[in-house]
Amino acid sequence: MSKEFTSLYPNYDVLKKWDTPSWNDITRAVIEKRLNEVPRRRFFTERQWVTLVAVCDRVMPQPDRSDPVPIAPWIDTRVYERQGTGTHYASLPPQQECWRHGMDAIEAEAQHRHRRPFDKLDPVEQDLILHAIEKNEVGSSAWDGLPSQNFFRHILLRAIVEVYYAHPAAWSEIGFGGPASPRGYVRLPENRRDPWEAEEHAAVAAQRLAAT
Amino acid sequence: MIGSERHLRATAGRAPDVFARGDWVPMRQFSDEEEVDFAIVGTGAGGATLAAKLAEAGFSVVALDAGPFWRPLEDFASDETEQNKLYWLQDRISGGSHPIEFGTNNSGCAVGGSTVHFQMVALRFRPEWFAQRSTMGYGRDWPIPWQEMWRYYEEVEDALKIAGPVNYPWGPPRGRYPYRAHEVNAAGLVLAKGAEAMGVKWAPTPLATVSAPRGKSPPCVYRGFCKIGCSTNAKQSALITYVPRALAAGAEIRDLAMAGQIEMGENNRARGVVYHRQGEWRRQRARNVVVAGYAIETPRLLLNSATAQHPSGLANSTGLVGKCLMAHSNHAVWGVMDDEIRWYKGPPSMAVCEHWNYEDKGKDFQGGYSFMSQGPLPADHAKGLVTNTGMFGMELRQRMALYNHMAGLKIVGEVEPREENRVELSDEKDELGLPVPRITFGFSENDKRLYKHALHFMRQALEAAGARDFTHTASTAHLMGTCRMGDDPADSVTNADGRTWDIPNLWICDGSLFPTCGGVNPSMTIYALAARVADRIKEMGARGEL
Repeated sequence: MSKEFTSLYPNYDVLKKWDTPSWNDITRAVIEKRLNEVPRRRFFTERQWVTLVAVCDRVMPQPDRSDPVPIAPWIDTRVYERQGTGTHYASLPPQQECWRHGMDAIEAEAQHRHRRPFDKLDPVEQDLILHAIEKNEVGSSAWDGLPSQNFFRHILLRAIVEVYYAHPAAWSEIGFGGPASPRGYVRLPENRRDPWEAEEHAAVAAQRLAAT
Repeated sequence: MIGSERHLRATAGRAPDVFARGDWVPMRQFSDEEEVDFAIVGTGAGGATLAAKLAEAGFSVVALDAGPFWRPLEDFASDETEQNKLYWLQDRISGGSHPIEFGTNNSGCAVGGSTVHFQMVALRFRPEWFAQRSTMGYGRDWPIPWQEMWRYYEEVEDALKIAGPVNYPWGPPRGRYPYRAHEVNAAGLVLAKGAEAMGVKWAPTPLATVSAPRGKSPPCVYRGFCKIGCSTNAKQSALITYVPRALAAGAEIRDLAMAGQIEMGENNRARGVVYHRQGEWRRQRARNVVVAGYAIETPRLLLNSATAQHPSGLANSTGLVGKCLMAHSNHAVWGVMDDEIRWYKGPPSMAVCEHWNYEDKGKDFQGGYSFMSQGPLPADHAKGLVTNTGMFGMELRQRMALYNHMAGLKIVGEVEPREENRVELSDEKDELGLPVPRITFGFSENDKRLYKHALHFMRQALEAAGARDFTHTASTAHLMGTCRMGDDPADSVTNADGRTWDIPNLWICDGSLFPTCGGVNPSMTIYALAARVADRIKEMGARGEL
């Protein structure tokens, strides 16, 4: 898998629609806050925090961005404020305990394998640990009481993608139309695009599709 | 969470005007001490429909909802995270061999209930399913003949101005839908192409969003955020249809009112509802209590209302309250297309195939399924991908980069009603001191054969439509059962009218009543049941039988 990221929409920025009929007042208010009021750490310990930041960097790597989409701060806020998801999986501890346990266990796994903290490992080592967690192939006893794959898929990955794909930069990179109210769309068939939708870079798209 | 940070809107003689910004409609109000004819818990497809029809018939009605009373035009953002406010996000403990995801997946918490976020798919049950045991040899019979249910489908389809095709390809002839079908989007046309290649029929999905102006609802503008709330009011949710009707007819709707117990009085009759609102516990007196909280909250409330006379919970002398929970299998196949699909445009499921609901030959399982085209929003799609595959890193980001070239087909698959799939009360308490529900769910061997058949078929169809590079996902959708209706008091919780066998003035009116779940989205069947329950109550009232 390539280490580079290629967008099919290099010239598209969903924020350019801010003052168009595609954005209404409440959406502008919500997104303005997301862009400008990134919260500070309140829940995780400093150690847990650096582990979480390092994990987010591997799950959603952003080497192409000088100003990466912030992920860890929003997860911290969500857990601090006990924002529920409606589901407490019986196999996992309650939300706050689950997140602390998970970050501690990832760190313990790094120590178990390399005798170094997770955030100091090189990316290949970090990825191997995350794959082991994903496959329930962990070695540290710190995972007792926390099924690693369940935690990884249903809590950790889920939270990371929910935060990342809530950011306008992520909408732009995938060519998503973004906010659309009151103006929606007119052209619905395949390969048809309204003027206010992202224009695909044909050559990049052809190259990416050929690789699937 | 519930109610703590939000302000009441339905109070002081007025309720929000859902068709305007910041405006109000008048609302009749009742005091807690006044014994109303009906106290209804829940204002979704079941509760709101019943509240409207009973109020229009002259009954005094108070309907409680745990959630807020939104004005879609000013309150609904085009944003997945913000719109989490539409869902039931309090903890439910989820276990079993296939734990159900709740919250954004299937549970609303708002006046209008889950219809505020539903994807508007408006299908009818196949006629044979109402006598499934008798005619097909499996499942259970419903206590209502299909012809009668189909008459009520017609009533509620008209009330919601369903937009659908002139000729629906499956089942007995039905009248044409009230509004013309919507233009099918590219994602739907992928289904059409696949179905045609497989030699099966397809149809534009009948949808509860208008294709032409209706009153204060403008036609759908295909913005594609239906699953997180319609900000234009094209969607005909209970919030903008039956709720305004109920208010206009003199019903009171109480928002941010969480029911905790049904209170029993003398002579084995319910005397009212204990509910939490504005930081205090209150009691609404009522001659009749109706529970319409959907298939988790309804049994939770009944079980939490146990008394010395009803030690295992109200209406539970059979032990069936909470049993036979059904969640449709919701498995899907996703693939990459050369064409730009841009599935974010339009309602998520604009094309449907009900072939395997109506064709019984060639199956290695009992039951049916429909499948529909898909159009998940970015975070929703990414969530399904990672929780099913564990994919992460640049592989995930690159996969998501093909978002506009993705197409998917997803089933609504019938599952068997089995007692081991159930809702119980745990020992944990929520912040109001109410017991947190514990849900156990898993698929039977038959359920698994059904979704495997579906995945195989949909993958062939998607491939025939030009897709490649497939991924499969497993999930569940909708919540049904847990208080099934029936003809035999020893084998059901309520009769055909939703009236509990054990307590004559306690009723149930929601998806909990389903004895079986069929292979279609449940909303129209819930609406139809509620419309029928209302008519039956009117008849019984006229005869002095309440």
